[in-house]
Amino acid sequence: MPAHDVLIIGAGLAGQRAALAAAEAGATVAIMSKVHPVRSHSNAAAGGINAALNPEDSWESHAFDTVKGSDYLGDQDAIEIMCREAPGEVLWLEHRGVTFHRNPEGKLGTRAFGGASAARTYYVADITGQALLHVLYEQLMKYYDRIDRFEEWFVTALVQDDDGQCTGAVARNIRDGSLELFGAKATIQASGGAGQCFKPTTNALICTGDGIAQSYRIGAPLMDMEMIQYHPTTLAGNGILITEGARGEGAHLYNARGERFMEKYAPNKMELASRDVVSRSEQTEINEGRGFPDGTVALDITKVPRKRTLEALREIVNIGRDFAGVDITREPIHIRPGCHYIMGGVKTDVWGATPIPGLYAAGEVACVSVHGGNRLGANSLLDTLIFGRRSGEHAAERAAGMSAPRASEAVLADERRAIAEIIGREGGGRRISEIKDELGTMMNEKCAVFRDEAGLSEAHATIRRLKEEESVAAIDDRGSVFNQDVLAAIELGYMLDCAECIVVGALERKESRGAQFRLDFPERNDDEWLKHINLSVNGADAPKISYSPVTMTQWEPQERTY
Amino acid sequence: MADYTLRLRRYLPESGAAPYWEDFQVDLEGHRSVLDGILQAKDRTDASIGIRCSCRAAICGSCGVRINGKPNLACHMHLDSAAENAVDGAIVVEPMGNMPVIKDLIVDMDAVHWKKIQRVTPWLLPDGDPPEREYVVPPESMIDVTQTMACIQCGACVSDCLSMEVDPLFIGPAALAKAYRFVGDPRDRQQYERLKDLSEDPHGIYDCTHCFNCIEACPKDVAPMSQIMRLRRIASADHEIEDRNNGHRHEKAFVENIERNGLLHEADLLPDSYGGKFHPRAVPELVDSLPVILKALQRRKVTPKKALLHEHKAPPEVKRIFKHVHDKEERFELNLYVVGEEEHEHAEQAEHAGAAGSHLPEERSPNQ
Repeated sequence: MPAHDVLIIGAGLAGQRAALAAAEAGATVAIMSKVHPVRSHSNAAAGGINAALNPEDSWESHAFDTVKGSDYLGDQDAIEIMCREAPGEVLWLEHRGVTFHRNPEGKLGTRAFGGASAARTYYVADITGQALLHVLYEQLMKYYDRIDRFEEWFVTALVQDDDGQCTGAVARNIRDGSLELFGAKATIQASGGAGQCFKPTTNALICTGDGIAQSYRIGAPLMDMEMIQYHPTTLAGNGILITEGARGEGAHLYNARGERFMEKYAPNKMELASRDVVSRSEQTEINEGRGFPDGTVALDITKVPRKRTLEALREIVNIGRDFAGVDITREPIHIRPGCHYIMGGVKTDVWGATPIPGLYAAGEVACVSVHGGNRLGANSLLDTLIFGRRSGEHAAERAAGMSAPRASEAVLADERRAIAEIIGREGGGRRISEIKDELGTMMNEKCAVFRDEAGLSEAHATIRRLKEEESVAAIDDRGSVFNQDVLAAIELGYMLDCAECIVVGALERKESRGAQFRLDFPERNDDEWLKHINLSVNGADAPKISYSPVTMTQWEPQERTY
Repeated sequence: MADYTLRLRRYLPESGAAPYWEDFQVDLEGHRSVLDGILQAKDRTDASIGIRCSCRAAICGSCGVRINGKPNLACHMHLDSAAENAVDGAIVVEPMGNMPVIKDLIVDMDAVHWKKIQRVTPWLLPDGDPPEREYVVPPESMIDVTQTMACIQCGACVSDCLSMEVDPLFIGPAALAKAYRFVGDPRDRQQYERLKDLSEDPHGIYDCTHCFNCIEACPKDVAPMSQIMRLRRIASADHEIEDRNNGHRHEKAFVENIERNGLLHEADLLPDSYGGKFHPRAVPELVDSLPVILKALQRRKVTPKKALLHEHKAPPEVKRIFKHVHDKEERFELNLYVVGEEEHEHAEQAEHAGAAGSHLPEERSPNQ
């Protein structure tokens, strides 16, 4: 049995940053991912990373923008930490080799981003996430003797001892189908979000909520699950993302009548209002018949000088050409709001620790919460790095003070049986792809930008039915080597758990705040709902609901206008 | 909606059977990707089809395959354009080359690609402690290395590298492009050591044969071969690294040969590569080459007269190109095509900048 001080599940930015921090603190580290680390979805974060690094800027200003962006649901202690540590983190990245854009003096240069009161987004063209991810992987290769990498291993369950401590995980080697128990003094979940619960989504096919569901299943509470960010600019057919950087560089939004409609909804910040505000405005235009026949509005990037577009938005020039057949430097591109990010996740403290001893979470899988009801653009990379590092450090510290826990072999046997059951299934059930498709399409209809009681209740009933169908879904592949079919079956179970929590949270929150807009409760209601909704596993039934307060330090809730 | 036939190369390692072809009918609009087609076949017909994929937007680098014989990302090729080159109406999809196949379209990148990446010391090596703030560097240098940062490690260039096919130990296009990412980065202080290492390695920078396959294969315009040529120029012109593979001297002899003759004079090239006909280094090489020379004479590929007296002299056009390059104060090195061009500056032409010729002023261009 492989045993390490710290086991990290997921090798995107949060996971890799945690691994480097834990190794630097002297821990033995294993990092595991169901895909090769550079395939992780952190790649997709195009626009940049926020930090108040300019002498004229201040972390307080960054923190206030984040609090306001969160619609006051973000925990202000955590937001203060993130914004205060941001400049140091950006410099750390620069020192490790990230090829950040420079100003003419050769110093770090910035671009403007949505919901921010200063240009504080640092970037590498529009491949910031990719550049960061690849530079961190360079560092993993550098420390190959201190960090064991398990690439293309798929976690099927977290393991607990009799005291309820998390003592590692069971994982399947995708290349040969073997199952192993990994013992660890501390386990960090860093396996990303759950966007595949929706269709279409900007999220990669791997974003199936694995870590959220695995943690939930061993009793870790989930928080703010109803808060799903719809990104204002995604391609109509396939949900592919057009970075907010486009609007940051000066692109405008128009409806089918040629009106720059953001003038109505956010007269000051216009296209650079918070994402929830812009998405809602677009959806209102579309619903009220002012969109294009394909259910879209237009993003006009021709406002940006062509030279600047080719230099700073090169990737979306390619995306426009390859995935929409549009030259964005010459004509507007049709876009609409699309599922993009889950603000909620596994509830953690400011060190990434969950209420389960030995279990940490960082990045999109976690809910610290710094994003509250709505995440600001370019705060997600920051979140992954700050809380990835902090959880890595804290996990290493925990590991240094304890002896190796006894990991139970029982879970390994259970998991082996469960997989054998899936592979041995008789035909007759629905196809996994069919169930997944129904789930995603339904969620995108009932649990999107606008929600109401009737739709959400219907969604919940559908999810309960799909859960039954999932347990007997048909399997085509009975092999051991790269059996992606059996992985898809397990992922479907994870997605259904996540989707249920999203819908239950959305039903419970009877107000409109951040990304949650209830047509039947259209106002924000601080008196009753300025609190987090926590969901805990309850056998096979719907999750148990409880509440926790929002931490306030210096910013009282105000009316939110842009 | 249209119907397309996908012909997939299947290989199931546990079956004991040889690889085989299997056709799948898919029903999608032509602007959807080949990956969308494969996923539809997987979803509707056979979920055991093996392919790595994740982002669907050409940024994760998972779905490298060969489509109709050419390497690409499956998500980066439209069904309708793939169908244009289809043989017997079927879009042929098979695993990438130069790497062992694990299952169906999935290849072992660790065994080849990632080993080579690890080979080039792929991390920044600055001197001493970092500054309090950021390193201050020329803005163009960051844009320059960002071109190689744009590499998504998909392996398309490795798949069709001809040199690697002959010499599997060749470090190869992706890893050498990665090497340039550090050599070109002013924060890295091991430029000489890196270049010395890559020049002296018999499978290093001089192993590339300029076939352009990697440039054509790359879905992200990284142009690996151009990065290899940059490594060579910096190694030879800036550091004067004379490698034991004779790569540097050979390249120099080649350039001088063309400058003199306009057409290659092969009889001079070999000895000149070793320092001239009478250089002690050249003698054993010439002796070694005797059988080849004799065979060439026998088969009348050369005549003794032609071999000894190369009568072709460089025409004025060639001289003008050489003069143009020599007169430049600085070598043109940067990957500046990521910097956009203003509309009025021949935007179309600018997109193809990067080939040496297109940097010549128009009236002097050898192609016009």
